[in-house]
Amino acid sequence: MMLPCPHCGDRDVSEFRYGGDASKERPAHGTGDLQTWNDYVFLFENPKGPHTEYWQHVLGCRRWFKLARNTATNEIGGVVS
Amino acid sequence: MSKHYSALALARHALDPDMPWPKAWESPEPKSSYDVVIVGGGGHGLATAYYLAKNHGITNVAVIEKSYIGSGNVGRNTTLIRSNYMIGGNTAFFEHSLKLWEGLSHELNFNCMVSQRGQIVLAVNPVQMDVFARRGNTMRLNGIDAELLDAGEVRKLLPYLDWSRDARWPIHGAIMQPRAGTVRHDAVAWGYARAASALGVHIIENCEVTGFVINDGKVSGVDTSRGRINAGKVGIAVAGHTSHVAKMAGLKLPVESHILQAFVTEPIKPIVDNVISWGAELFYLSQSDKGGLVFGGHIDGFNTYTQRGQFNRIQTVAECAVSLMPFISRLRMLRHWGGIQDMTPDGSPFISRTPVKNLYLNGGWCYQGFKATPASGWTYSHTIAHDQEHELVRDFALDRFEKGKELDEFGLGNWTYKQ
Amino acid sequence: MTTFRRLPKGGRIDRAKPVSARFDGKSLGGFAGDTLASALLANDKVLVGRSFKYHRPRGIVAAGIEEPNGLFTLGEGATTEPNVAATMVDLVEGLVAKTQNAWPSADFDLMAVNSILSPLFQSGFYYKTLMGPSKGSWMFYEPFIRKAAGLGKATDLPDPDRYDMRFAFCDVLVIGSGPAGLAAALTAGRSGARVVLAEQDSDFGGSLLSGNDAEHEAWRIACVEELKGLSNVEAFTRTTVQGLYDGNLAVLVENRSHLRPDAKKGEARMLLTQLRAKAIVMATGAIERPLVFSNNDRPGVMLASALRTYANRYAVAPDKRAVIAANNDTAYQVALDLADAGVPVTVADHRAAVSADILSRAGAKGIAIFPGSGIFDVEGSKGVKRVKLGGTHAVTIECDVVGMAGGWSPVVHLSSHGGIKPKYDEAVAGFVPGGFAPSHFGAGAMMGTFGLSAAVAEGANAGASAASSAGFGKTRPIYAPEHATDRTYAILPTWTPAYSAKGKAFVDFQSDVTIKDVKTAHQEGYRSVEHLKRYTTLGMGTDQGKTSNINALALMAEYRGITIPEAGTTTFRPPYAPLTMGAIAGRTVGAHFRPVRLSPLNDWHAKNGGIFIDAGLWKRAWYYAWAGNSPETAYVKEMELVRRGVGLADVSTLGKIDIQGPDAAEFLNRVYVNGFAKLPVGKVRYGVMLNDDGIVLDDGTTARITENQFYMTTTTAQAGEVMSWLEYLLQMHWPELNVQVASLTDEWAGMAVSGPKAREALQLAFPEADLSDAALPYMGCKDIRFDGVTVRLLRMSFSGELAYEVHVAADYAISLWEHILKAAASTGIKPYGLEALASLRIEKGHVAGLELDHRNTLDDLGLGKMAGKEKDYVGKALRFREDCQRPERWSLVGLELMEPDKKLRGGSILFAATDEIKGHGRGYITSVTWSTELNKFIALGLFDGGLKHEGEEIIAAFPLKNEQARLKIVSPHFIDKEGARLHA
Repeated sequence: MMLPCPHCGDRDVSEFRYGGDASKERPAHGTGDLQTWNDYVFLFENPKGPHTEYWQHVLGCRRWFKLARNTATNEIGGVVS
Repeated sequence: MSKHYSALALARHALDPDMPWPKAWESPEPKSSYDVVIVGGGGHGLATAYYLAKNHGITNVAVIEKSYIGSGNVGRNTTLIRSNYMIGGNTAFFEHSLKLWEGLSHELNFNCMVSQRGQIVLAVNPVQMDVFARRGNTMRLNGIDAELLDAGEVRKLLPYLDWSRDARWPIHGAIMQPRAGTVRHDAVAWGYARAASALGVHIIENCEVTGFVINDGKVSGVDTSRGRINAGKVGIAVAGHTSHVAKMAGLKLPVESHILQAFVTEPIKPIVDNVISWGAELFYLSQSDKGGLVFGGHIDGFNTYTQRGQFNRIQTVAECAVSLMPFISRLRMLRHWGGIQDMTPDGSPFISRTPVKNLYLNGGWCYQGFKATPASGWTYSHTIAHDQEHELVRDFALDRFEKGKELDEFGLGNWTYKQ
Repeated sequence: MTTFRRLPKGGRIDRAKPVSARFDGKSLGGFAGDTLASALLANDKVLVGRSFKYHRPRGIVAAGIEEPNGLFTLGEGATTEPNVAATMVDLVEGLVAKTQNAWPSADFDLMAVNSILSPLFQSGFYYKTLMGPSKGSWMFYEPFIRKAAGLGKATDLPDPDRYDMRFAFCDVLVIGSGPAGLAAALTAGRSGARVVLAEQDSDFGGSLLSGNDAEHEAWRIACVEELKGLSNVEAFTRTTVQGLYDGNLAVLVENRSHLRPDAKKGEARMLLTQLRAKAIVMATGAIERPLVFSNNDRPGVMLASALRTYANRYAVAPDKRAVIAANNDTAYQVALDLADAGVPVTVADHRAAVSADILSRAGAKGIAIFPGSGIFDVEGSKGVKRVKLGGTHAVTIECDVVGMAGGWSPVVHLSSHGGIKPKYDEAVAGFVPGGFAPSHFGAGAMMGTFGLSAAVAEGANAGASAASSAGFGKTRPIYAPEHATDRTYAILPTWTPAYSAKGKAFVDFQSDVTIKDVKTAHQEGYRSVEHLKRYTTLGMGTDQGKTSNINALALMAEYRGITIPEAGTTTFRPPYAPLTMGAIAGRTVGAHFRPVRLSPLNDWHAKNGGIFIDAGLWKRAWYYAWAGNSPETAYVKEMELVRRGVGLADVSTLGKIDIQGPDAAEFLNRVYVNGFAKLPVGKVRYGVMLNDDGIVLDDGTTARITENQFYMTTTTAQAGEVMSWLEYLLQMHWPELNVQVASLTDEWAGMAVSGPKAREALQLAFPEADLSDAALPYMGCKDIRFDGVTVRLLRMSFSGELAYEVHVAADYAISLWEHILKAAASTGIKPYGLEALASLRIEKGHVAGLELDHRNTLDDLGLGKMAGKEKDYVGKALRFREDCQRPERWSLVGLELMEPDKKLRGGSILFAATDEIKGHGRGYITSVTWSTELNKFIALGLFDGGLKHEGEEIIAAFPLKNEQARLKIVSPHFIDKEGARLHA
């Protein structure tokens, strides 16, 4: 796969580090009870289809970004702002 | 026709080449109703159906498979079995599984080629030797075989490893489980299917579940591509696609789907006699009875349902293979393939009831689905039959994360993609 | 008896360049341009091997990559390479080849007894037997099965050769250089696009290389010449495209074995290219398939197209007569060419009628045609003696060679790698691509387009489309040779042998799968194509079923009473052909397997007696020669140095992070469990971070350099994780915080000056700095200037002694280190290594990697009190999950060995004194050391209930060595509990 780093452009997937599901809303710092955090940390939609996820261009500019990708096809939808 | 497999039956068929063998398992049309419907005709689903019939006398059972039986991970793994687990909650379960493996060919009257050739896990520094020692000591204290080997002993067993000064991480020693080994993976699916079918279980291939019939929080059947099938109880066993199927029942789970790749080389005469794993990076290799070296490494590391791996992972694994065993460099890879496996935040599975009455879940197997197959079927069938988790799987609970009771065998943190 | 002979003239071999190879210890002569296969046939070696299971005599079947039988072991000793298809090996001087899987020889093989026992060895026989008498009996049978299985014998010596890998980019990749591929490459090339043309054969031309038409050859040469003249085109021979991966990544492997590369000179045996192409044209051709009939595996029974290739390209032809069994028109091109080469030919055509055009052309060359006929049986055990036909013309024909023209299977592998399933095409009687990704195109025989001019037109079209899809506009197509006539294909598929005798009829030659095996699989219910494949091992050999898969699945479809498309096909997986592992790994092996990280002080350690140990990617100084030459004792001397005098240790591997910005204090206050908001400038604080799940992620220290600048250190192991974690929180979740983080791990060096004489030593090194306790108190920090360089002094201690860390830009590390040693020589300062460092921290009760293992909570590590009660921090919510607060969790304790004659070992399992020694125990030992202070073995460990049991005697069990020892639970702070030394 080639991933579109917002800063460096298309780069091979081997330059990136995966950061998991980005569709989940992280509770604001200092908020959220145990159940909210449990759901945020441990439960996943895990869709077979469109997915938004975090990636970091870790062997490059170190930019984190949200990416749209289809988990059924690996088709890249592009960076999500 | 010889229903029972034996050397004698084989000889009879050899003398009379026109005498047909019976079908290994029957392919009946689905009935409108069963006591138990198992969703997923993989190793776990078929084993569950077999033990439902064998151990619990429940024979009005259907196994529903969307493709052909064994089309999932039971036919895509690297065939390893072992019980080198050290966390309470894992140890007894996996040892029970290994004990079942040891008698499986006889149990099923189907030679699954259970080969207890021993697994050797290589340590690459003294600290790792301490970590391995903890594991080995725990195994011994739980009646499981384990041996600690120093570098000299390993070298005698595996002279072809890279013992040169070039080795990036020299081998310091190893932990070995002599009873670990390999099993012919497809045979496990076929053997369980044949034995379950003989006990009256219906095996229904090319039948995809499209929904669950749930009323008042209670399941009473499944909708399938071949119509509705009513069921007293429904068990899910579709690891790889657990989230996808559980979602139809309204469940959101601590599971993500990841691809694990596997590889095989051309067949060669026997050269690697054990299962070998490496402590430098996740890498494991054995030689199949057909002669190919079968090996694998880490998951690709991002969730996907495509059974296609990324090339950079293929390189990583080849680098491990050649660096650990430099002779492999001249051998040739024949095939690589991918399986979709459930990954959980602690690397451990689920066998449990669900919030939906009479609906049960078996999934989240991460890397260990194949070796767990017999015990998974054994305990899941109990869980379904008694509507109560078997004591061996009490810790494989769905709510263990909110309770802070992770079963983290390797201490890798709460990321599914790093497990 | 002669079966094959070298024709006196013709072929693409260079008769001026004789070549001599070694085959089974004897000389094998040929010419430049020969393959090992063509040389074997030219030398009339027809029986060249034995089959996998039944050890039946086998000969070469094909002329290309699909060869199922002609597998040999190349090389000797460390260069041994088993199972290589002779058709893909250039005959070069010095080549060494051996037959395999036969004993004592291929000609006389004792294992052929298997053939007599074959009724026992039908498909899947091993699932039905070899189980008794006892549970473990398979372990008795398995070695025999293993020995019998396997093809060639590999060496267990390290591969002496070298492999290279490169990344490349292009606009258009054209795969295959047959007529369609040449046309595509040229048309795309003429547009100005950067084109890569990859050809697996040793020359460009594909099927044209097997022809004998002068005009076609002129066209081929013109195309190749023009391509070579285009600076934007790169064309490679002996280069196989092994797979297509997500993101238009093509993996190309060029085999340079024929050049006999010398690894010592840096020459690579293979070159793997990861090529990113904007567009891809697949012109991968087609592979002829065999026909299934009784004894179709006799040596001398070959693919018809192979006979043509051997005759035209290698000038090797049957000596007496060839019989060609056909079900389509392409057989006649073979017959005509063989006739041209002077070989008498008979064609048995399954079809009842043959076109008038063929009859007239064949008749003109004396070719006998038997329509409505097929092969009943082939006679001759080690070669073909005669064939018996069945059908309309049930005659017996004396011949030495049989050609099988069963139709063509388009090579759809690459088009399927992306997940698009091929579809069955009735006219082709084979699978063609089921579609293409947007930037992928197909042309020629792989599309089922078999005629020359049609293929060229399709190729030119695909080349233009590919160039256009890659952003190139104008081009000029190439046209087919003027007189090219596209002959008909007109196939009548014959999946089931219509006339066959009862001999073994093979579907898969290499895996020894017969029609009977397919029948058995069907009977037993192994009916899906995947079950068929897995049960019979069909298509699992080195050829991956290139010639066998379609015949097998067509047979299964027939038995099941369904159509071929209903039966479906198996998945085509990469690699396309057997792919050398060394080529995939490239140079990333051995010492270069993973990068080596070196401290900026590494060279000093190496020159001054440092003994190194691996710590992750790092090489760290383990201990130094001054303290002895055994790791068991040297660290004890080094500990004594620190406890009694002063030592200097390299701590450069710690993660070092510069944190700046107006919100830096707030940021740290969020990520650490303890408070950082009010850390004064000039102070350092120990901190612990949790993951979101409330489990400890890492510990370290952070110093406040100025109001808005902090300097963080992390553990060596977690440095990368922590850095990414901080970046993640800042970039993705807390944009409101104005903070920047930068890793200084490689930019800065760190050294610890530890021991009662630490201040004295440091004062000698920095005479102008005020190092008094008042000016630089415990947990104080300050930057000083020394010799024009900023030096960061942090007064903190890992060992429990009076200690400082001295951090400096990496370039100055060695000079500063040497300066400290020299200036403070009077204190007796010496270096100490990782082992002593780790042991000193155990004595002080500091947790490290073995305790920070992603399984422990703050409370487990005795650090619960650190966490701010009022403040919020990452992981706070989940820290208080039910089980995480259970009082009887395994938590940190100190342990002292009570039995002085015994040894304490890491990984021991802990039990209460009255426990039965079994099960999981009540905890385990994480870290062990000899304590120079206490003169005994001490340890850190986790124990059920932790320090509630302080003072109790417990048992450490190490059953792997049958050892047990009595221990006492003590505070993990073995020394200086009051901290007097730290504050000295």
